[in-house]
Amino acid sequence: MSARRIFARPAQFAAIAPYLWMLLFFLVPFGFVLKISLSQTAIAQPPYLPVFDLTAGWPALKAALSELSLDNFKLLLTDSLYVLSYLRSIVVALVSTAILLLIGYPIAYGMARLPRRWQSVAMMLVIVPFWTSFLIRIYAWINILQHDGLLNKTLLALHIVSAPVVWLSTDSAMYLGIVYSYLPFMILPLYATLAKLDPSLLEAAADLGASQARAFWLVTFPLSLPGVAAGVLLCFIPIVGEFVIPDLLAGSDSMMIGQTLWLEFFTNKDWPVASAAAVVLLILLLAPLLIYDRLQRRQLEAR
Amino acid sequence: MTEDVSANDSPKDSAKTEAPAVAADLPLLRIDGVTKRFGGFTAVDKLSLDIRAGEFFALLGPSGCGKTTLLRMLAGFETPDAGKILLGGKDIAQVLPHQRPLNMMFQNYALFPHLSVRDNIAFGLKRAGMPRHEIAIRVAEMVALVRIEGLEKRKPDQLSGGQKQRVALARSLARRPQVLLLDEPLAALDKKLRESTQTELTELQRRLGMTFIIVTHDQEEAMTVASRIGVMDCGRLEQVATPRQLYEAPASRWIAEFVGDINMLEGQVESSEDHRLTISTRDAGTIVAAEPRQPLTKTTICVAVRPEKVKLSRRGPVSDGAGAIPINRLEGVVTEVNYLGGVTTYKVKLDTGAVLRASMANTVRLDMDAYNASQRVTAWFTPDDCVVLEQ
Repeated sequence: MSARRIFARPAQFAAIAPYLWMLLFFLVPFGFVLKISLSQTAIAQPPYLPVFDLTAGWPALKAALSELSLDNFKLLLTDSLYVLSYLRSIVVALVSTAILLLIGYPIAYGMARLPRRWQSVAMMLVIVPFWTSFLIRIYAWINILQHDGLLNKTLLALHIVSAPVVWLSTDSAMYLGIVYSYLPFMILPLYATLAKLDPSLLEAAADLGASQARAFWLVTFPLSLPGVAAGVLLCFIPIVGEFVIPDLLAGSDSMMIGQTLWLEFFTNKDWPVASAAAVVLLILLLAPLLIYDRLQRRQLEAR
Repeated sequence: MTEDVSANDSPKDSAKTEAPAVAADLPLLRIDGVTKRFGGFTAVDKLSLDIRAGEFFALLGPSGCGKTTLLRMLAGFETPDAGKILLGGKDIAQVLPHQRPLNMMFQNYALFPHLSVRDNIAFGLKRAGMPRHEIAIRVAEMVALVRIEGLEKRKPDQLSGGQKQRVALARSLARRPQVLLLDEPLAALDKKLRESTQTELTELQRRLGMTFIIVTHDQEEAMTVASRIGVMDCGRLEQVATPRQLYEAPASRWIAEFVGDINMLEGQVESSEDHRLTISTRDAGTIVAAEPRQPLTKTTICVAVRPEKVKLSRRGPVSDGAGAIPINRLEGVVTEVNYLGGVTTYKVKLDTGAVLRASMANTVRLDMDAYNASQRVTAWFTPDDCVVLEQ
């Protein structure tokens, strides 16, 4: 089908556009990464072997294919450095997501119950941090948390502490940074489901003898679960692969998988191991996505 | 339409309501001088109303008249700014909704979408702390009552509009409330289903002997289901009466025009004798009308005649016996004929200027005598067909 014919049918093009996008910017690059993950590191340009040379003909390609192996994946599973990185990533993501849910839910709930015209103001306030670059905001936190930063100065001035406290390069600072950065991603889907909630359902619950607290647990919360699931996934998945925040705010004693990956890639120049780590990470993150997809499909079927 | 009234005279079945014994002189529900304001707008204005146990009461009025606000105050979703709401002699105006022995059926049904039909019906029973086996019995009873057997496991999304309406009804009846409040319960149903459901609702109320209060903007619905109707406008009750009284003896011009169709002829009272008023109207000549029971305070009045009371004939009707009833005869030309099946409506332009609406039942199938447009006719009605209203 020629390009002209594709554009002559905008509806058809719109239908295949997302797949085209996925193919070009996800599947093809992923194919490269997968291939590199099966290669061996080498002091060469590019730093791995074998290199496919399509001009060398079929036998050469066949030989190159036979050199591919799963050695890097075996290494990932046996070396505690990688296993611990994965574990730490998942633990950090779980803890952060739990904190985000605990903070985000009340905020989203409060927003949804504001008068209409204040809701858009609240929405603006949630989105407004995006106006500033993410990196600048993390550097601002470094400024606040450092030894002679704003936080310590304030605490000292108020005589809450007698000596500066070490905030920076701790897990607390990292969690603070993650929760701060991801909060809008938790609030927005929660707010969207809570704002949609028909207020007459709560009146019906009250009418049938449920106190406000009971009505919340029996009606509001179960009906907001799709929003909870969306918010949790929207936060959990990128946090697992987070690199910048732990690198800038956390201590250097333990690493998340994003940091390990960076180290392998840029410091050790071990592209194959870094690629293998990326492939395993992707497989790990597919699991929650599939669960979410199945839940959503079940919900659609129930309709 | 008026025939439905007779049904309300039949005695109520033996009531099996759990309402506490109320002192004979005190109604089950007394609304006493209740006022509700929203900002500068007064939605309900010093309204008082008594509702007896076992009654099917309708609050009728145009949108924005305050009827829904009144119902929401009974349910507890709004708190009155002034006045009392006495239920069985106890003021419940400040009681929270979940502690009131009333239940409401919502206009949009407000079924819990995440719960099955069974769990929707059981919701209120669980909150009341009813034992599990009793809940099962009561739910089965309710399911049978509204005839939704076999749908217990479905979610509200899997039900039709009519089925949802039944589930909502069962859910609000399950706790056996002292009063059931119904907020436009049939508004979302199509005409046929609405009509059959109205009959079912009346039957159900009789069988349960419960007190029902329905809010509706549909006067036919109010007349079909209710034994008494309160007509509201601008936050006040304009008239509380049986359907027949409301239609045949409206208390004001506004009510006469709000309930059903009516011809309004403005005029002056010329003389009064033998309980008959002679009225000279602006554009329908002289009309003789029965004197209203309430003495008139003004001489500028209007004569109201329902279209079905206006008869048409080719020649003037012969009055039975000399001077028996002074029949009002108005000459004119038919300008419009609308055949509606059961009835045909006519518009007659009188020689004196007024346009009179008339409607006649099509009692024979092949009507050779039907009137055509531009035909000259005599429109006539008796003094007793007229309602004299002050402006």
